[in-house]
Amino acid sequence: MALVMKKHAMPEQDPQVRAHNFNEVALGYDRETAIAEASRCLNCPKPRCVQGCPVQVKIPNFIAKVKSGDFADAIGIIKESNALPAVCGRVCPQENQCEKYCVMGVRGEPVGIGRLERFAADYDLKKPHEIKPIKYAADTQKVAVVGSGPAGLSAAGELAKKGYKVTVFEALHKAGGVLSYGIPEFRLPKEKIVQVEIANLKKLGVEIRLDTVIGKLYTVDELMQEEGFAAVFVSTGAGLPSFMHIPGENLNGVYSANEFLTRCNLMKAYKFPEYHTPLKVGKTVAVVGGGNVAMDAARTSLRLGAEHVYIVYRRSEKELPARLEEVHHAKDEGIDFKLLNNPVEVIGDENGNVKALRCIKMQLGEPDASGRRRPIPIEGSEFELPVETVVVAIGQGPNPLVQSTTPDMHTNKRGNIVADEATGATTKAGVFAGGDIVTGAATVILAMGAGKKAAQAIDEYLKKKA
Amino acid sequence: MYKILKKELLSPKVWLYDIEAPQIAKKAQPGQFLIVRTDEEGERIPLTIADFDRAKGTVSIVFQEVGAGTEVLGQLNEGDDILDVVAPLGKKTHIEKGMGTVVCIGGGIGVAPIYPIARGMHQVGNKVISIMGAKNKEILILEKQMRAVSDEVLVTTDDGSYGIKGFVTNALQQIIDRGEKIDEVIAIGPVVMMRSVVEATRPYKIKTVVSLNPIMVDGTGMCGGCRVQVGDEIKFACVDGPEFDGHLVDFKGLMSRQRMYKDMEKIESDHVCKLSTVKGEL
Repeated sequence: MALVMKKHAMPEQDPQVRAHNFNEVALGYDRETAIAEASRCLNCPKPRCVQGCPVQVKIPNFIAKVKSGDFADAIGIIKESNALPAVCGRVCPQENQCEKYCVMGVRGEPVGIGRLERFAADYDLKKPHEIKPIKYAADTQKVAVVGSGPAGLSAAGELAKKGYKVTVFEALHKAGGVLSYGIPEFRLPKEKIVQVEIANLKKLGVEIRLDTVIGKLYTVDELMQEEGFAAVFVSTGAGLPSFMHIPGENLNGVYSANEFLTRCNLMKAYKFPEYHTPLKVGKTVAVVGGGNVAMDAARTSLRLGAEHVYIVYRRSEKELPARLEEVHHAKDEGIDFKLLNNPVEVIGDENGNVKALRCIKMQLGEPDASGRRRPIPIEGSEFELPVETVVVAIGQGPNPLVQSTTPDMHTNKRGNIVADEATGATTKAGVFAGGDIVTGAATVILAMGAGKKAAQAIDEYLKKKA
Repeated sequence: MYKILKKELLSPKVWLYDIEAPQIAKKAQPGQFLIVRTDEEGERIPLTIADFDRAKGTVSIVFQEVGAGTEVLGQLNEGDDILDVVAPLGKKTHIEKGMGTVVCIGGGIGVAPIYPIARGMHQVGNKVISIMGAKNKEILILEKQMRAVSDEVLVTTDDGSYGIKGFVTNALQQIIDRGEKIDEVIAIGPVVMMRSVVEATRPYKIKTVVSLNPIMVDGTGMCGGCRVQVGDEIKFACVDGPEFDGHLVDFKGLMSRQRMYKDMEKIESDHVCKLSTVKGEL
């Protein structure tokens, strides 16, 4: 049988239609397409794809089960390694991970591993099934997880399966971290996917305490000394927004991407006034930055009614850090990419509202320390882009709340927690850390990998101590 | 879920709630704030912690019904639950022994959050002169409580129906004019009031602390919605404040940002009104 060199296409909402609704853009494979795509897998004896997956899902094994139509077995295999497959199948940058290493990709397109993982996970989520809670002995050790984002949830799931009583402490009123407040509904449905995955963790026996800010309501020391936790995993993410520090940044209409997306995703401002949190979006919007967060903010702006949305990015298309698929989606929806441009000032009107973004054109020079070509301003090329809203999506740093109240847990000069790469162990005994709070802003799956590794290390630490 | 143990009307549309929250009560300090969300559709509303009782395990909030969010909050009764209470947030007020004479100024419902600060200052032995301002006598709140923790209390009313006629700055000027050595002024109330206090003390170089109330979302430093210009720096009021050196605050910028959603608040308020009418009919 001849090899099918191209991935089976996944149906998508029409760009003209979807640019005005918050429903999921990618619609997922049906059974037949999933089986056909699974049949493209060559079932390599030494699968390279697995090496590309940060949590080492047994990819050929689960794909073989999809191929034979044994979907329940497929999801069982995935879940041995991945606590949130419906999430990862959707938001992982597979082109840089599993699919990058797929042999099929050498001559044609790699197997759609992410799409198949998503298919299996969605099949599983639709099926009602009972999750048996873990039965705990009276002397079961307690582990605290600080932050309920991907790293925390993954660690919590692993630790619960290892028999520990896990309590996750979350500062916001909903669990999920970036899955709940950051990634928009049209890429990752909240009620259908995120909250179901979290509910399953709770059914397993993981307790989630919302509205609890560690560093304020409890310190890490209090968790260990007064609340009886034998170990703590800190996974507070990269939630501190960076601003550009240019004139006019405090004008009305300038948002950090975190605020913009939190209002929309977590507070459901897109359903205002049914939901009471407002969000103002002008007819013309500039989103500054080129990562996934920038794409999310730009595409959200369109859906909130903006007529023209710019991405303003200081490098060229090749350097855009966002997922390829999201850049394509953004372009199809009509986002206008102003590449090689850098904002120098936000200009306001007499009422303190944004009326323009002053930018300077850039050219690329020699590669810098990160290996990317350094953008250099072209003198005298400044111009004004008339906009009513500016969303700043140029990155996030670590929130210092936990570190500043835990002095014996060391941080580096950027404020990230210093942790052993293999175990997540910090400089404080019994405290582990992982995810963006250690690495700086990265991906969902890397955070989950870190959570999984730390869970293993915490298990070993507690067994050794006992 | 956080139960409302006591609901008391302090003045028209101004409510005091005691909320059952033992861990928050254990940790709360004067100057800090909390965030409430009443229901699934609700906004996150930042409110200063007006009081806390560590023994009873309660925290108190005082709020005025001014918009949709606080109207919904005001409709709750004793025994009802508030869906979310996040606290304690922000930095505590700097209170220590030997600070000297401290003038605590509360304008309108700002008297509520100034109360635990005055009490804290008084407890460690500082001389506390309190100034309480209100539009008229009827809406003056917590006078008895303030007198109990102050060495001296000056009351001002805009219409002269009680105490000194005029604004809190008139009372402050009286204290300055009589030659009282003031070591620190702390002012909480409407932004225009805090700005007037700052301008009143600036020529005398009296240290003046204000508690800012910009629009907030999370209250934990993750969004920067509450950013204010303080001196040369942009600060997040929720984590760097809410108290700042009043002489460095850009009040004009703060007031402009507070107006950002005025038009949408109207739409929201009408929506809530309609909803409560519907509820009433059921």
